[in-house]
Formats: sequence, C-alpha cells, structure tokens
Amino acid sequence: MSTAIETPVVSAPAAPEKLTKKVLAADHPTWCPGCGDFAVLASFYKILEKRQLVHENIVTLAGIGCSSRFPYFVNSHGAHFIHGRSVPLASGVSLARPDLKVFVFGGDGDGFSIGGNHLEHGARKNIDLTYVIMDNNVYGLTKKQTSPTSPVGFKSKTDPAGSVDKPVNPMKKLISAGATFVARTHAANVNHMNSMIERAMDHKGFSVVEVLSECVEFNFGAFDAGVPRKGGEFKIIDEKKHDGTPEDEARHDVTDEVGAYRLSDLPFPGVFGVFLEVNRPTKNELEQKWISAVREKTGNASDLDLLQKTFDRIK
Amino acid sequence: MHAGRADLRPQKIRDAVIRLAGNSQDGIQSIGGFLARFAGRSEQDVMTYMTIPSTISGGPSIFQVRIGTGEVLSAGDEADFLVAFYQHSYKDHIGFLREGGVLLYDADNVQPDFSDKRFVYVGVPITGLTVEALGGTAKDKGKNIFVLGLLAAVFHLDAEKLIKLMREKFGSKDASILNTALMAFQAGLSYPVGNVLTNLYQFEKPEFASAKPQITMDGNQALAYGLIAAGVRYGAAYPITPWTSVMEILRSELPKYGGMFVQCEDELAAVSMALGFSYSGNLAITGSSGPGISLKTEAIGWATMAEIPLIIVNVQRGGPSTGLPTNVEQSDLNQAIFGGHGDSPRVVIAASTVEDCFYTALEAARIARKYSTPVFILSDASLSTRIQAFDEPDLKSLMQSPQLDLTPRGVDYKPYPLNRITQHAPPGTKMLGGQYPVVTGLEHDEFGHPTGSPRLHREMTAKRREKLQQLAAEIPLPEIFGDQEGEALIVGWGSTYGPIHEATKLARDRGESVSAMHMRHLNPLPNGLDKIFKRFRRIIVAELNDEGVYGYGQLATILRARYCMPNIRSLNKTDGLTFRVKEILEGVLKIS
Repeated sequence: MSTAIETPVVSAPAAPEKLTKKVLAADHPTWCPGCGDFAVLASFYKILEKRQLVHENIVTLAGIGCSSRFPYFVNSHGAHFIHGRSVPLASGVSLARPDLKVFVFGGDGDGFSIGGNHLEHGARKNIDLTYVIMDNNVYGLTKKQTSPTSPVGFKSKTDPAGSVDKPVNPMKKLISAGATFVARTHAANVNHMNSMIERAMDHKGFSVVEVLSECVEFNFGAFDAGVPRKGGEFKIIDEKKHDGTPEDEARHDVTDEVGAYRLSDLPFPGVFGVFLEVNRPTKNELEQKWISAVREKTGNASDLDLLQKTFDRIK
Repeated sequence: MHAGRADLRPQKIRDAVIRLAGNSQDGIQSIGGFLARFAGRSEQDVMTYMTIPSTISGGPSIFQVRIGTGEVLSAGDEADFLVAFYQHSYKDHIGFLREGGVLLYDADNVQPDFSDKRFVYVGVPITGLTVEALGGTAKDKGKNIFVLGLLAAVFHLDAEKLIKLMREKFGSKDASILNTALMAFQAGLSYPVGNVLTNLYQFEKPEFASAKPQITMDGNQALAYGLIAAGVRYGAAYPITPWTSVMEILRSELPKYGGMFVQCEDELAAVSMALGFSYSGNLAITGSSGPGISLKTEAIGWATMAEIPLIIVNVQRGGPSTGLPTNVEQSDLNQAIFGGHGDSPRVVIAASTVEDCFYTALEAARIARKYSTPVFILSDASLSTRIQAFDEPDLKSLMQSPQLDLTPRGVDYKPYPLNRITQHAPPGTKMLGGQYPVVTGLEHDEFGHPTGSPRLHREMTAKRREKLQQLAAEIPLPEIFGDQEGEALIVGWGSTYGPIHEATKLARDRGESVSAMHMRHLNPLPNGLDKIFKRFRRIIVAELNDEGVYGYGQLATILRARYCMPNIRSLNKTDGLTFRVKEILEGVLKIS
C-alpha cells in the first residue's frame, strides 16, 4: 500500500500549538556576531510565525558550511547532511512525503560549487521544495578561501594575488537549469527578504532565493553597494502588473526567461526581487500521477496480490 | 561426419550442459531463457551462465544452460553440447566441449576441423533453413528459435510446454511475431536431426520432485522482488553494469505498490536521495557496482553516523577502477566493510544463489529497520544474469507492508539514546516534549546536538559499534555441508556456492574428508565461528579476489585477523570468471 500521505502542504488553522519565535528557537547560533545569516534566521522565524505552518510538518535540511548549520537553530524536524548533497536529500523527503514542507538552507560553496550538479538537476526536475542560499562570496567556515561566487580579484588564502576565475552567476545558473522560482535579496533589507522567502515558500516547485549575506569576518562590507544606508542602492525589480498601462510595458514579466536572464547580467549590485516565476508540473505531481494511474490499473490490489501475480507469470 | 539413424529409444540422462555461442544480437539469451523457464516448469533443476560483451551491439556472446535431474549446483565446467553459430563461436568454445561431446553447428557458417576425432559433429544449415521456413524479409532472424526447436528434438523436450511459453512471451506483441516464432520453432523441431545424430536424449524423472511450484528468474530479479517482499517502497540509483536491471525493475514495479524509484544525476545524488527517503520514514534502497559504490561512500558514512537505515546493493564486477564491467569478482568485500573514513561500522551480507538473493533482501531490510543502520547486500555479475528455478517463496508469510510510523513521541524521546538502539521519529511526528530532533553527521549528544566532548565521542562510537555486536549474537552460524569435523573445511561467500558445494560433493564421493561452509553474514561475523574452525585441520577460504600483499584474500584476511588461526588459508582466483569445480578440487589438495 502507498505510504505517501495525501494532506495539504501548508498551514493548518486548527493547529493547537501556536508557532512563536520562542517555540521555534533552538540552539543558539554559532555564527559570528554581525553575520548576515542571523537576519535570515530571524526572517524564517517571522514567516513561520506569520503563516502558522503545522509544526511537525516543517523540515529544515542543510549540507555543510556556516549557513548550513541552520537546522540546529530551528526547532523543527531537521537533518544536517554532508557537503553539497542537501538538494538530493531534500528531494527524497519531498517526493516521499507530500504532507511535509521542505526547506533547504546552505551557502554559495555548498550550492554552487560542490553541489552545483545537484542544484542543476533538482531545478530541472522541479522538485517541490524551498531553497535559501546565503551567499557571502567566500568560504567562511574554513576561514577565507575563494568561493565560486567570489568576484575576480578577490584576495583570499587560496588566491593571495586575487581570484582569476569568472564567478558563477547564481541567477543565470538557476534560470538556465530550469528552477521555477528564482529570486534575489539582501540580508540587510529585512522586509524585502521576508517577502521573497515567503513567496518562495508559497511557490509550487523548485523555488530558490539567493540572499546576499555578509561575512563580517572574511568579506567585510562586500555587499554595501546594495545597502542604501551605506551609500549603496537597493534597486527592486519592477514586476509587470498586466494592467494595460503604458508604464507596464517597461516592467519585468516574471515568466519571461530571456528578460530574467538580461536582469542577471546587470553589474554588481544588480537588482533584487523575483527574476523568474513560472508554473511547470513538479516531479512530485508527475510521479504521483503515474503512481495513481498504475495503482488504478492494478485495481488497487494488495501488495501480496501484486507480487503473487508477478510470481505466477514467471512460473 | 557421424551419420546413421538415432536409436528410437532415447538415451536417459541426468544432466546436460548446453553452451550456445554466437553474437549478442542473435538472441541466444532468449533460447537460454526459454530452456531455463522450461526446466523450471518441469521437474528438472536448472542453472545458467552467460557472458555478454560490454559493447553496445554485436560481439561474441555465450549463454550456457545446465539442466539436471536433481540439484544443479553450478553451470558446469565443460559442455556436453556446443551450439556454434559462427566460425569464431566454434573456434573460441570448442575447448569447452568435453571429449565425446556434441558440436551442433550452423553448416552455413561453420567449417569444423573433422580431423579432431574427440567430438561428435552435427551440421545443420541453421541459417538457410530458418530463412526457408520464414521466407520474406525476416532474413536469419529467428534462427535462435529454430535452434530451440532443434534442441527440443534432440532432448525430447515437451514441445507443447515450450510453445505455451512462447505464447506467453510473444502473445502480447504483434501476432506476426508469435507466428514467426512458432514457424521457426516447428521447422527446428521437425528437422530430421536423428539422421545425423546417433543418439537422442531424455532427462530422467527425478526421484524427489519438489512439492512446491518453481519460479524462474535471474539474480537481479530475485533481489528486486525480494526488496519488494521486504516492504521496501522507495529507492534511487544511477545506471551501471551489472546493477542496472535491479533499478529498471524497481522503477517500473514500485509505483504499483504506491512507491517510487528515481533515476538520479549521479551516484552521490542517488545515495543522498535514498537517505532522504529513509529519513522521511520509508526504508530505502540504493545500489550500484564497485565504481558507483566508491562514489556513494561519504554518504554511507553519514548513514552510520546519523543512524539512518539504508540498503545498499553492490552487484560486484571486476575492479579496480572501470575494471572488467561484465565479469565476476568478489573484490569489493573490503570496500563494503571498511569503505569510508572514520570508524564506521555497517552491516554486510552476501547472497549465494539466485534464490538466496530473494531471501538476502528480506534479511537486509529486517536488519536495517531493527538496528537503524546501513546494510550492504553483496551480489555479483555472475548472479545478476544467472537464471535459476527455485521453490516459490511463501509470500503470505514473508510479505512485509510496513506503514509510516508517525505516532507522537513522548517527552522522554531522544534520537540518539546511549542505552538503546536508535529508532528515529520521522518528520511529521509530533514531539510531545516540544523539542524536535535534528539528525546529523556531526558527532552529537543524545538529543542530536553537535558536541566535541571526548566522553561523548567515545560513548557514541561505542554505541554505533555495539549494535553490530548485538546483531552478531543474534545471527545464526552457517550450516556445514559434509562432516562436522575433519581434514578440510572450504569456506566461501557469495556466488561461488555452487562450484564449492559441487567440488565438496565430488571430493567426498572420492572418500576425502572435505566439508564446506558458506557465509551470508560477513560483517558482523556470527559469534562462534571459531568453534567450527577448531574442528578442522585446514580452513580454506575460496574467493574470487586477489591474495593481496600478504598472501590472503579479503575474507581470509578478516577471518585470520578475527581468530588468529594460522590454519586459515586462502584460495584465490582473479581471471574474471567464476570458479570451476576442478579448480577448487585442485586448490584444496594443493593447500596444505
């Protein structure tokens, strides 16, 4: 018999226990004071508090890195996995358990370097999960080595003369891979970050939010160009409203892949907001559809009858 | 050429080894498959052996089928019958034909050396007759079925039964395919082979026919169906020879049971996704062959550390590196037991026959669930494609259908209790104490919090080891075939069960004091093996791997380290082929 459970994914008004920051807080974070990841954690608590998901159905998963410590700091079911493989782990959880709400947390090294291939295929398969990538452009846990998103010229312990390799463009990578929700935000802009992560959570499919999250220890001030109070500019993507007005012409259509790609190419700090938001059937749905069709064809036979029938054919 | 009419009364035989040699696209596997299925439905026992080239299409290929009255243990050292489709088939395989054996060859393609008087030559224009029988565009496609008809005539096989099998096999396809097959079969069956062969044969009826119906399948099928019977409903893998057919079966079968099998982008993703399935509360399976297992190693270490149950199948092939993709070797035992960094105990069990593949899968699932641990199943290339008939398993008593356990856990719940075996609460489980667990690959305390405490690392390392020690006390000792004490005990594991037991039988028939013991549980070893070993003067561990730098094979090295007995010796073979019976016999004599 099917072990999958068919229950709604998000929120349950009848949940007896109220999710508060107090309920959700777990171990005290091990991050350095001032780390951008604190803001991401606060944002996550805030969204869960606002949306009141069923506590036991929240799953937080991560690989390895500073930001990948996330599951220890959230009082929910969670797993701290190996480096770079959080997406396939989360895919297994998501595919087998449609009743759960699966969140993946990680950094730029975990997601774009060692786990780059899995990001690609998780996106292509459109697995139903939400992935928050805290990008600090540096390897922090191992104390300042070049990361796949470090800009050219970045001086680190592995590039004392400055990095020479072209960095990964996270938005481009995600769009071309086939992610169905791709957004970019900044840990210094809490309201914007909250709305991006919340929209990602509500998206059905592979939803990714890249959060520029400053490493105060090894990449101090790296994202100031996106912080107005530090003299930078936080330029938000103006999304098309389809209201027929002339000014709507210039706005970004979030279903337009080419337009999203063009936005990805803007010089640093670029723009923030939703680059892409499209609907494509998830692997979860497609597999369940196949399972339902096959189950129906068998007349919903019992496990025993099914295997017995197979054996009868090979007698 | 030997001519003269065959005796009207067929010669009774107990056993025949038929080797079919052709090219891989000739469909000789399907002749072998039909014969195996046929034998499974008759009262004969059957064992097959095949080699396929690792090229995509074409290239020499053989299929060997041994049909016997009574227990058939190995595919046979020598062939009684060689069917050669081409000159190269004849040249490459005539050496396997026993003296007095019959060479049945395609007279259109093969020119044998008749001056070699050791064999009986039977030439049949197989290609020409097939084309003649089928006519039109079929060309020589169907000559495999023609040969099946020919063999049915030679061995007095029940043609009706074979036709029924063909109807089952081709019935669902285009009607013309079935008709063509039947025409080819009839043409072969009615060929007056008695005119060129002095003897026709018939299998004796067995003295003890099994009361149970027989089912016929190969080792990979038996593994897949065993996993299904064990209630395993989720899995993920990446294709690699000779593992692939397990995942193909599971991919199409599991949805019928409401489950799912996912083909992943690579081996790392496959093991990770399987761990995701397991973590979600559904014991999962991943599998591969040696190179793929190497890639999965880090994640398997996580399964040990996080104490997540997982079944890992390794259908071994020749290594290292890409090695011999389509050959057999038992050289991944060390990898299974020790692969990976850190002290990382895991369970390793091995299947010995096709039938045992089914039961080993059940055992693996039982252990994985009970001890919340990764469990390796070792099979190999020879088991993967070997077709055997065996007693139909009693599914009513075996079938497992575990349900997801989301019962709320009490206030005293700990994911990693030091005084109990871990049993995880899958996500979706309400935690009445309000504290939700994180499973982790970092060293942790009983609640799953990361820790650098020296005491906790020591205690948790012991916890992960002690559950295997507990398992060692629970698993049974292997049975001993032959005397319970004596001169020599041959110890084996995996697919070499057949030749080892046949060799032991032969040696015993000759009056030698030789016994055999085949091991399923390789890590942990069952307690009490030393008591068995002490009853024999020599312990000879026969395995298909190298003797290593210090002169002992992989299991032999472990047994020597475990029991410190110098009379544990090693018999190894590394030519990518399984043991021949005579190699074991000679080896046992040689090792003093």
